Amino acid sequence: MSLSPANVVTIAARAGAKDPRSEKIAQAIASHLGKAPKGTRALRVLASADNVSEKALRGFAEAAIADPIVDEVDVTSSYGTGKVGSYVHLARLPGLTDDEGRSAEHAFALYSGEALPVWSFHAQELVVFDEVVADETLRAIAHEVLGNPNVHALSWGALPFVPRPPVRARLDADVRVDVVPLPETDTALAALSKDRSLGLSLAEMKAIVAYFASPPVRAEREREGLSPSPTDCELEIFAQTWSEHCKHKEFNAIIAVDDRERGEAREVRSIFKSYVADPTREVKAKLDARGQSFVVTVFDDNAGIVKVDPDTNLTLKVETHNSPSALDPYGGAITGILGCNRDAIGTGRGGGRLFFNTDVLCFGPPSYDKKLLPGQLHPARVFEGVHAGVRDGGNKSGVPTLNGALVFDDRFAGKPLVFCGSTALVPALAAGEPAHTKDVRLGDRIVTVGGRVGKDGIHGATFSSHELKEGQTRGVVQVGSPFTQKLVADLLEEAAAKGLVVGVNDSGAGGLSSSAGELARTTGGARIDTSRVPLKYPGLLPWEIFLSESQERMTLAVRPERLEAFVALAKGRGVEAADIGTFTDSGRLEVVHGDTKVAFLDLGFLHDGAPRLSLEATVLAPSRTPSRAYDGDLGALLTRVLSSPNVASRESVVRAYDHEVKGKTVLKPYMGVRGKAPQDAGVMLVRHDGHEGIAVASGIVPRYGDLDAHAMAQSAFDEAVRALVSVGARLPCDAEGAYEPFAGCDNFCVPDSVYDADKNPDGKEKLGKLVRMAEGLAEMVRAFEIPMVSGKDSMKNDFRAGGTKISVPPTLLVTMIAKVRDVRRLVTSEWKAEGDLVFLVGETFDELGRSIASEILGDSGGFAPIVRIPETRALYTKMAEAHAAGLLVSSHDLSDGGLAVALAESCIGADLGADIVLPNAAHSPYVTLFSESNARFVVSVKPGDEAAFVRIFGPRAVRLGQVGGAGLRVHAASETLVDLSLESLSSAYETRLR
Amino acid sequence: MTALVVTGFGLNCEEETAHAYRTAGLDATIVHAADLFSGDVSLAKASIVHLSGGFSFGDDLGSGRVFANRLRMQKLPSGSTLVRELSAFTNDGGYIYGVCNGFQILVKSGLLPNLGGDHAPEVTLTHNDSGHFEDRWVVCGAPESPSPAFRGKEDPFAFPARHAEGKLVTRDASIREALVTKKLVALTYLDGALAPAVDYPENPNGSELSCAGLTDPTGRVLGTMPHPEAFLLPQLHPAFHTRARQGLASDVGDGLVVFRNLVAAATRARASATKDLSS
Repeated sequence: MSLSPANVVTIAARAGAKDPRSEKIAQAIASHLGKAPKGTRALRVLASADNVSEKALRGFAEAAIADPIVDEVDVTSSYGTGKVGSYVHLARLPGLTDDEGRSAEHAFALYSGEALPVWSFHAQELVVFDEVVADETLRAIAHEVLGNPNVHALSWGALPFVPRPPVRARLDADVRVDVVPLPETDTALAALSKDRSLGLSLAEMKAIVAYFASPPVRAEREREGLSPSPTDCELEIFAQTWSEHCKHKEFNAIIAVDDRERGEAREVRSIFKSYVADPTREVKAKLDARGQSFVVTVFDDNAGIVKVDPDTNLTLKVETHNSPSALDPYGGAITGILGCNRDAIGTGRGGGRLFFNTDVLCFGPPSYDKKLLPGQLHPARVFEGVHAGVRDGGNKSGVPTLNGALVFDDRFAGKPLVFCGSTALVPALAAGEPAHTKDVRLGDRIVTVGGRVGKDGIHGATFSSHELKEGQTRGVVQVGSPFTQKLVADLLEEAAAKGLVVGVNDSGAGGLSSSAGELARTTGGARIDTSRVPLKYPGLLPWEIFLSESQERMTLAVRPERLEAFVALAKGRGVEAADIGTFTDSGRLEVVHGDTKVAFLDLGFLHDGAPRLSLEATVLAPSRTPSRAYDGDLGALLTRVLSSPNVASRESVVRAYDHEVKGKTVLKPYMGVRGKAPQDAGVMLVRHDGHEGIAVASGIVPRYGDLDAHAMAQSAFDEAVRALVSVGARLPCDAEGAYEPFAGCDNFCVPDSVYDADKNPDGKEKLGKLVRMAEGLAEMVRAFEIPMVSGKDSMKNDFRAGGTKISVPPTLLVTMIAKVRDVRRLVTSEWKAEGDLVFLVGETFDELGRSIASEILGDSGGFAPIVRIPETRALYTKMAEAHAAGLLVSSHDLSDGGLAVALAESCIGADLGADIVLPNAAHSPYVTLFSESNARFVVSVKPGDEAAFVRIFGPRAVRLGQVGGAGLRVHAASETLVDLSLESLSSAYETRLR
Repeated sequence: MTALVVTGFGLNCEEETAHAYRTAGLDATIVHAADLFSGDVSLAKASIVHLSGGFSFGDDLGSGRVFANRLRMQKLPSGSTLVRELSAFTNDGGYIYGVCNGFQILVKSGLLPNLGGDHAPEVTLTHNDSGHFEDRWVVCGAPESPSPAFRGKEDPFAFPARHAEGKLVTRDASIREALVTKKLVALTYLDGALAPAVDYPENPNGSELSCAGLTDPTGRVLGTMPHPEAFLLPQLHPAFHTRARQGLASDVGDGLVVFRNLVAAATRARASATKDLSS
């Protein structure tokens, strides 16, 4: 490689042309540093390795890269010579995915007929300023605004910018397999786990020692030509397979519960089994017995599967990607959503087509002003990056982002929670076989498709099971490629329909070790040759190839006689496929690298040999202090509530997501005459030529958990259910037949809940909250007969630096889907016409604890909203009756901010006011307007339908007033409590979030 | 005859587009772009070639750029290029319609507006003035143009626009003038007073001439940024419920009008071209 300055192509907006990209960068710098340097200009840079002449480069750039109308192109080895100014240069670290660079190589081949080796081009960015900027300012711009040292090589200085040739990722390691002798003392075993970042506990290390010491294992290893001690790869396989991320050890732990609320001690054998799996199995049995057999697959594949019509299944999965998003918000979010997409299409034998995504994001508030800890990114930056990642992950894959939520709390400022949800529609049959089943047989080939393997993402599974520490980064950051994955997804759909694939698995956390290791259980063994895995660059060790989490890959089972046809199809579709091994029945997971033995492990021990954890939990009684009375100006309070981050309109965020690609989105996130009305649920058509739809909604209210974890979990569940009921879905108890699914997915995200006297002194109480959340969920599942067909837990959501720990509040996200039988009968949230009557459906209680209003007023007391199960179920049945009778003209569920916010949103969305008179209730107007009691709706009804409406609801609905006028006016007796014009409501509600 | 709906390599609106053509009365075949480049699929049986929306090749080198390069430069087995094949196809009565990414591809390959007849770059579609992707419904008018797509509807059209790079920029004033005099702006963004929209958000991207869609001088090549294929059912309009209450909702979505017009025109033109050949 030449050491002389390299030529780069620079592409900038032509002088005088509008340049939104540069403007955005200037704005971002200004908002972070107070002001941006003069003349900020952003340039795209294409750095070329040593093999392209300047002349060829120029011709190529002009003909195939730059836009001839708006771009200005140059080829230079010294940008800005003779100019006064400064620059910041960003280049992705060697080896990270660089789609633009790869595209440029293909474009060059097309243009010149000359094929270039991979990594010949490297896409970079250059930002230049027309004034000389102080070094520390440039550093701040590079590190805090434009780039991320976890992702980019960053440089800055005074012009000119003299580029250097791109560094080709290359590792000079020999292909070798190290044997790791297992030490005898506990201290040394613990040290080994720590030094190699295995994340294995002492008990687990001892179980591994015992495995390797057992005489049959020793004899077999000798026969197979393996060392008596484990290889590096074998230890890594244990670390991955037994990681919290993959094994959910805490969710399966035996927990001794000291329940001080009820004054008893009890034992939980496994949170997962007792509170998630068992209730769902019971509900499934009940539904099946009633002929409502819509549950197809629960818990034992990458996603839950339900039936939506005789020919179609729907897969549902919600994942978290919290730790990666804390380090690299954009990359973490995009790989999160793409990973969840792979789960949704990675069930059975594949064949699915992605349907929609959801995103629920929990951040520190954008206005966060506490001092940042080392390595901690400001919440506004995390928000910006995650938002862009969710946007690109969905949009570039052609998958609508249909539903989501944004939650702000100071405690998410260390680790954000990034929940990525995904569904796919799968034809019930793939080439005549049930698509949800895998039919892997002895001798079938193990085939990988998609992205190549690099060193990126090594230790992701073990990493996500640790708390975050400062400086801990490299290897875990990844750059997603929605394009690569779109090709893989399209290919798999086509291949499954042609019967070329008999089993699929996502290759995500844990890489091949996880994906092939799981598939190996179908036949009871697998042999894999890591030398056949396509690599991004040479020099990876066999264990790294086996464990790497490089993205956009799936692992497939293909019959030997279909291999050729599959590989040919893949090639035609621009997807790399490699045959890397075979399914066996040896009971062993065997890894070789060419002729070298790499791993040979008993599958049974690997999957079931991890010792179970025993943990302790303490359940405290919920906090029950009354809330303070408030007799201030309720209109002013409503304005503050509407403009608070947890209530204000998300429209500007949501419109960056394509929510209607596929042309099926009937209920969009924002609707109404001005596109400002937030909807309770998203709904998409199942088929273009039908009228059946799938509705989706989510429930999440972590703040209630400060008072009562059980109530919080039940409130989250109810929030999701009532949103679906609001738009027109009906509960399983009111439904019929096998094709009217109503199902959920639970995601628990909690801080470290394992007691440690020094590191985590309140661990038992945290685990106690988790137990109460899970119990609350289980009660809801049984009572509402809504199965949780999928779920995921994430256990160590703490950020630790400089002796400080920021822990997330224990959080439960409930995502629900339900069938709606006719999308033409759906009801939206906003008023429709003047003169319609407004009703409040459901009862209000004094439940202001951790409500938006009480938080604004600084009241830490109050009761958390609880769910009154029988009453709630009965109310939802009445809602279904009212929907069926076509009586509801609008319906909006009450959640954050209570009745006042629901009324305001119904007005803003319709651009129509309302006159409201509060009933003579037991509560003060403050409680009536701002309490966040569950199971309530604001609906509007045509005047002529009042009698029919009242017949259904009786005392469970009260008339509040009438739609009309140019503002929201709320009265109680003779007093006017709120009188706000539509303009002032809108301007409060549309407060900028970022 | 069929509509060939091109997909693959990151395009992604093929399902709803195929459904749109079928609903408008024409058979539709979803075809992978790879099968066009390999010559496995020919244009002979098609009356319409549709390039759907999406992010072809990730839009890595600019929206639609890589796909357009391939149309222009990649040699088919016949030795020709797809740009030449597509030109011949329209000469034989065929219609080409590109939506969003498809429009970007048509512009960047020189198939639109093609004032000079030589597929030279005359306009481009570039980053929205807002600097970001946006999904927002727009109101559009259809000035007189050689394209049949928007004829026969008095009221303005409503469609979703969903893009980050939809701002039409012309090469120079002479091109801009020629677009106007030759009436090639087939679709314009309208403001609240139903005049051509200049400002955000009614003009969602800052396009010159408020341009939301362009046709070529023959009227047989059409591109639009908004997505008619996403408004086939009236219920897909974001204010459907209010419109229905006011008696304003139509029986079909505005998008179907466009596909019906294109299907009728292409079927006629293709039939008469085939007759000319056989006579």
